[in-house]
Amino acid sequence: MSSPVQFNWEDPLLLEQQLTAEERQIRDATRAYCQKSLQPRIISAFREERFDRDIYREMGQLGLLGPTISPKYGGAGISHVAYGLIAREVERVDSGYRSAMSVQSSLVMHAIETYGSEEQKQRYLPKLARGEWVGCFGLTEPDHGSDPGSMKSRARKIEGGYLLSGQKTWITNSPIADLAIVWAKSDAHGGAIRGFIVKRGTKGLSTPKIEGKLSLRASVTGEIVLDEALVAEANLLPYATGLAGPFGCLNKARFGIAWGSMGAAEFCWHAARQYTLDRKQFNRPLAANQLIQLKLANMQTEITLGLQAALQVGRLMDAGNWAPEMVSLIKRNNCCKALEVARMARDMHGGNGITEDFGVMRHLMNLETVNTYEGTQDIHALILGRAQTGIQAFF
Amino acid sequence: MKVLVAVKRVIDYNVKVRVKSDHTDVDLANVKMALNPFCEIAVEEAVRLKEAGTASEVVVVSIGPKACQEQIRTALALGADRGIQIETDTMPESLNVAKLLAKVVEAEQPQLVILGKQSIDADNNQTGQMLGALLDLPQGTFASDVKVAGDKVNVTREVDGGLQTLALNLPAIVTTDLRLNEPRYASLPNIMKAKKKPLEVKTPTDLGVELKSHTRLLNVTPPAERQAGIRVSSVDELVDKLKNEAKVLRGG
Repeated sequence: MSSPVQFNWEDPLLLEQQLTAEERQIRDATRAYCQKSLQPRIISAFREERFDRDIYREMGQLGLLGPTISPKYGGAGISHVAYGLIAREVERVDSGYRSAMSVQSSLVMHAIETYGSEEQKQRYLPKLARGEWVGCFGLTEPDHGSDPGSMKSRARKIEGGYLLSGQKTWITNSPIADLAIVWAKSDAHGGAIRGFIVKRGTKGLSTPKIEGKLSLRASVTGEIVLDEALVAEANLLPYATGLAGPFGCLNKARFGIAWGSMGAAEFCWHAARQYTLDRKQFNRPLAANQLIQLKLANMQTEITLGLQAALQVGRLMDAGNWAPEMVSLIKRNNCCKALEVARMARDMHGGNGITEDFGVMRHLMNLETVNTYEGTQDIHALILGRAQTGIQAFF
Repeated sequence: MKVLVAVKRVIDYNVKVRVKSDHTDVDLANVKMALNPFCEIAVEEAVRLKEAGTASEVVVVSIGPKACQEQIRTALALGADRGIQIETDTMPESLNVAKLLAKVVEAEQPQLVILGKQSIDADNNQTGQMLGALLDLPQGTFASDVKVAGDKVNVTREVDGGLQTLALNLPAIVTTDLRLNEPRYASLPNIMKAKKKPLEVKTPTDLGVELKSHTRLLNVTPPAERQAGIRVSSVDELVDKLKNEAKVLRGG
């Protein structure tokens, strides 16, 4: 019996049809840029642990930085689903490039748009959207990762501003950033966590680079060290108090990661399929083996379900009908599944899988970070556990 | 100066095309569609003319079912000013397309009409030439360079063995070759703005054109699969096979 449509192995549940024409257009424009301009650079960038600053200007020109931000401030005002599609295309090339884009968009520009004053929005957002300025986001500290509420960074009120002291680490972009959103406990606000815009050149601010990463080597990571750095009163984000501020940004970024990780996984899946079709052992393609086909079926299934879930959360976010736990669910699931897919793909490539030419091990190494940052797999499990038992198990 | 650009919705060039099991056509169900690459080059050229101050307005026209509005929107996102869709149920053949476009040219009175040299689905390479004949306008096909100078357009064409430059009186028809330009990426803000640009829908009846089929598609078959190669043991054997089996070399 013939079926009404031919099964499309690359898009088994017809995600394509669930997108609007505009979302497809945005995806296609991003894919064209990523495949033509980013893909050819990644092997050497990763090998040499180098981030090309021009990428920000190019992304800015295309409108990929802060794309959900209002056009009033230089954004494109696109939907959450479209933002997810962008993340997927960029991360299909490399998680490091997607991280660079996510930090600027979700953590820096979203923070300023949501918690900033009108003057702050007008002053910073257009420059960030054009990629003229690079931003970074300082929440994690050396001794406070999953538990940011116990942060040590402090803001002490003085006349006309604040003196910030503390240390932030694992900060994407910090060594090259023109401005940092820094979260610190403010004495003048009863010890509540507040956000500050700290500009490059501020006395007492330094941003040493973290060397020797085996993951996300095409994006720069560093620290933010603050030694009585003077920040003007005008650079306090007026509309964020407590952890709700940084978490609001992280929800957006984690949503992007849920899509992005699927892009990396799709790369690995397609590469493994092609490799096992082309590579012959015992006079037949590797793909003729049941063990290989089982792995391909698992990859296809996990990626298809992960993308459907991400699409649904995106639709709910666009409708204003969402909760952070939904984002925890897809961030946790999709990162861990992408990591599994990448590990399988590396294995299926045999010895070739460890070389830079095939890309699967680079994705695998990157995804180790993606699975860890912005809430580890375990921490998101605790968020979901609390939501269904009513009992917090963080400590 | 007004520039009219014709664009076509075709299967994306990355898609591996499948033939339907009954061989009546290629399978279009759930296949990714895109702007024909040569048409994209045509849009880019028109937008560059506008950016250079040569053109004042860029109008894009597409013929086909409602879905071809997506490709018009893509052209608008690349910088065209407004769109016209001529709604048809199916993709009409070249002569019908040329007749419909001729009516649009009569109504819009552009100084320059730019088309792709061919669409990558049917590969006919006819429409631009037919349009030139119907309107009795000069045509420059396979353009690799286009320069407007006063009331003329200089079109450089890639011909066998070199380049040929023609000076055409405006209004004129130009069809684009691959090396004319490298189209830009549509930016996200421009994709969003394109939604608000005007798009007018017309029917062949509105234009007074009756669609007629002059050809009938009989059968579609995929290309023959390439046979596996063989290894020869010496140059002599290779030469012998080229002479006597493949018959691509002559003795002597």
